[in-house]
Amino acid sequence: MERILEQAPRFFSGQNLTLLLEAAGLTLAMTLAGCLIGFGFAFVLVYLRQTPGLWGLPLRWICILYVEVFRRIPFIVVIYLVLFFIQTVTPDASLFTIAVIAICLYAVAYTADIIRGGIESVPVTQIEAAQAMNLSRLQTNLRIVLPQAWPVIVPPSIAFAVSFIKDTALVSQVGVFELTFRGKELNNQGYSGILVFGTIALCYFLLSFPLSMLGQHLEKRLGTPRGERRSRKIRHT
Amino acid sequence: MAHLAVSDVRAKYGTLEVLKGVTFSIGKGEIATLVGPSGSGKSTVLRALMGLTPVTGGTVEIAGERMNYSSAREVRAARDRMAIVFQQYNLFQNMTVMQNLTLAPLKIKKWDKQQVNSEARRLLGLVGLSDKADAYSDQLSGGQQQRVALARALALKPQILLLDEVTSALDPELVNEVLDAIRKLADEGMTMVIVSHEMAFVREIADKVVFMDAGQIVEAGTPKEILDTPKTERARDFFSKILRH
Repeated sequence: MERILEQAPRFFSGQNLTLLLEAAGLTLAMTLAGCLIGFGFAFVLVYLRQTPGLWGLPLRWICILYVEVFRRIPFIVVIYLVLFFIQTVTPDASLFTIAVIAICLYAVAYTADIIRGGIESVPVTQIEAAQAMNLSRLQTNLRIVLPQAWPVIVPPSIAFAVSFIKDTALVSQVGVFELTFRGKELNNQGYSGILVFGTIALCYFLLSFPLSMLGQHLEKRLGTPRGERRSRKIRHT
Repeated sequence: MAHLAVSDVRAKYGTLEVLKGVTFSIGKGEIATLVGPSGSGKSTVLRALMGLTPVTGGTVEIAGERMNYSSAREVRAARDRMAIVFQQYNLFQNMTVMQNLTLAPLKIKKWDKQQVNSEARRLLGLVGLSDKADAYSDQLSGGQQQRVALARALALKPQILLLDEVTSALDPELVNEVLDAIRKLADEGMTMVIVSHEMAFVREIADKVVFMDAGQIVEAGTPKEILDTPKTERARDFFSKILRH
């Protein structure tokens, strides 16, 4: 305890704080970039997985295989796979890029299942009504299904991203200067482990808590029947 | 010449043949009603006409144009000429009443926006819901939702309107408001194929009654012929059960 108190002023120096702030920014950036891009691709994957007909069969199969495989590999293994694969293709790719790609690949698999669940929660009768009006599959998805699936998709997707903020700690293994990596560095410089990792833990909390709150807010808002949402006004001309 | 001629239409769910060759026709402005026990294939006829249940054989002729549902293009052509109203209304939950009415006319038919909007307002007036244009379906009663669904189908200016048990999901006191709207359409000369269990309504509105059982047409004729003096044992049996009370 005495050691912590003694080290604290030195530890919370401007230089160290900048370092941690940067690391926190990097952690957040990696997670958000990876999850957002992954979320986008997940929609494409789910759409392809719905391809009807016989010629869509291999496509459906590949999509299912992708989700099932990536959900069964530990994230750290995905990171190493991406690292070694990318480094053979383009040796000068930045570690940040590699981390984002790894997060993205992983996020696609997880959010694809969330999106599929949301889409399947929309009654098939809504789709039939759209088909009967000659809406195409894409139009039906964009105009009818997704807007209704949204309340089911958004909250667990945000929960996934929030939980992933901490899982990104694993990319420190390949040397990305994110929070946990900096923590180990500072620890090696002789700062008390409790002090260092206590601060790091607080950083992770501060990163993910606002996102969690946003998720809860959206969940409440999206769960409200449309007619009762006051901010949503539609005009006709 | 028949406005709608359905000939030998067949449909399958998997390996189960649910329509075993259905043939009937109606003239322009006429109303056919399909009646019969549950699972007889009445609703499937309407679903097959809209290409929602795959048609495996037969042809359908609408105003002289023949289609056989053998390709996506054929199905689109059929859907372009008809509109359907479902038992459960199936209004798009994420849209207002007005958006429900104008979506397909604007995005699929690509009609002029101003005309589409004024036509939508006229139709809402016709079904007595002018004040609900900006409401969402969860703010409407079942009867109101079904009238919106009716207006939405009419907004497509269909040559033939298909009504699939449109009052079956409604509370009894809401049935009449929907039937009144359908009566108005009949007065306007809309050609309709109606699946209904409301026998009094069928008797009043139909030009032709088609009695179905087990995926086939058993008898067809005027309401009087079919409801009062059915020729087949199967039809007599059915009507004696449902008309008794």
